[in-house]
Amino acid sequence: MINKILIANRGEIAARVIRTCKKLGIETVAVYSEADQKAPFVSMADESFLLGPPRVQESYLDTEKIMPIAKKSGADAIHPGYGFLSENGSFAEMCEQAGIRFIGPSADVMEKMGSKIAAREAMEKAGVPVVPGTDGAVASSDEAIEIARDIGYPIMLKASAGGGGIGMQVVNTDQELIKAFESNSKRARTFFGDGAMFMEKKLDHARHIEIQLLADSHGNAIHLFERECSIQRRNQKVVEEAPSSFISDETRQRMGETAVKAAKALGYVSAGTIEFLVDEQENFYFLEMNTRIQVEHPVTEEITGLDIVEEQIRIAEGKELSIRQSDVKIDGHAIEVRIYAEDPETFFPSPGHISAFELPDGEHIRNEAAVTDGYDVTPYYDPMIGKLIVKGADRSEAISLLKEALLTYKVEGIKTNIPMLKTVADHEQFKNGNTTTAFVETYYLPMIQTN
Amino acid sequence: MTEIKASMAGNVWKITVDEGEKVESDQDVVILESMKMEIPIASETDGTVKELKVSEGDFVNEGDVIAVIE
Repeated sequence: MINKILIANRGEIAARVIRTCKKLGIETVAVYSEADQKAPFVSMADESFLLGPPRVQESYLDTEKIMPIAKKSGADAIHPGYGFLSENGSFAEMCEQAGIRFIGPSADVMEKMGSKIAAREAMEKAGVPVVPGTDGAVASSDEAIEIARDIGYPIMLKASAGGGGIGMQVVNTDQELIKAFESNSKRARTFFGDGAMFMEKKLDHARHIEIQLLADSHGNAIHLFERECSIQRRNQKVVEEAPSSFISDETRQRMGETAVKAAKALGYVSAGTIEFLVDEQENFYFLEMNTRIQVEHPVTEEITGLDIVEEQIRIAEGKELSIRQSDVKIDGHAIEVRIYAEDPETFFPSPGHISAFELPDGEHIRNEAAVTDGYDVTPYYDPMIGKLIVKGADRSEAISLLKEALLTYKVEGIKTNIPMLKTVADHEQFKNGNTTTAFVETYYLPMIQTN
Repeated sequence: MTEIKASMAGNVWKITVDEGEKVESDQDVVILESMKMEIPIASETDGTVKELKVSEGDFVNEGDVIAVIE
């Protein structure tokens, strides 16, 4: 049994975890930085502790501050949310050593999946198809050019330790490759302390489709179907939906089975997600595995009726999964849009004071908000200030509801991407389900340039 | 003399020029980091960096002067 959970995170996901804890009668402990004193998640928790200054190294990443608070407060588990310490193997180990359960997989699996190169190798071994590319790290730009001859342009250059689109670039020529190799390797070293780079064929017109997994410590693993997250800007997701309108039932089943097989081969425990790229012929290739809860988990919850945070907690308690694969059914269609504090045309951040804030309200409308009226959005963290999730009987009903909800979503004082989301929701190609990863460049950006 | 100002609030992640260095229009002078994104701030004119008003790691608000170009 878990009686008290410390949430080592902030924003909407901290609030989301607290909500499930309340439902389960579990006490909650929030930790927060000076920049987040007025954040909703702080007052929602039963107890809250100040970590320190706003910068993440001195607050949400500072395990030397978080661990003593966990001990002092008597928390018997830590939920890491996403980002920050959620995929940090040594933090998971630190928790175990302190006798506090880390709500997530083992440090071992986490570290393996955290290295994109090691993850590729592990997946190939488990019989999961991977994107054509290098087996290991590429040592130099000279070697990169030789490999490029084999794979052929366009090529996606990636930092092994990268994340959030950092250290990642599409290249089309040798010259671009040389320049990008040096600069991204340098950036990856600065950001992640590891400059190792690898290369993959860039699949054109590909879709980003991922499988949600649940695996317990008794060897049971199931999938909760897929999410399609193709619409992205700066390699970060903006619109996510479930189910995908693109893949056939047969592909859906094969992807689910492949993901479950991979989870079992890895000895994975907890909720996790395997991301795939899917080409026009519905061939799917492993992209990466996220060993934590994902931002877009609500769309899966909406179509399956499950609470993924609750499942994570149950699994961490050592319980067996209460559901079998045959119990999981898709009901309706859900869409999530991420509300970012940013310029809707340049995607540049727009921190500042929110002078008015109003959320859409109604049946089948779900809000996961990180801010409130009068809140100051600081430049220290991710620009996401909330998520809007809608559900319909089918995709077109969900899109209609999304459009309606966006009309009443009010954020004043800062710039947000809401105008962009409205444009997407209204776009013929979006309605037709033509949601490839090139959507923003192909349809959105040319549209705003002509206006 | 022109002032280069921060286009948004953020941390000074990198300074890419030295005082006394010649810069061209559109050349990056400073890279700010805001909301996990790097934003290069470029000089608007040709000239010489007369003064750098910030150091790496400093926090700047929108409109703060970063450097003076002569």
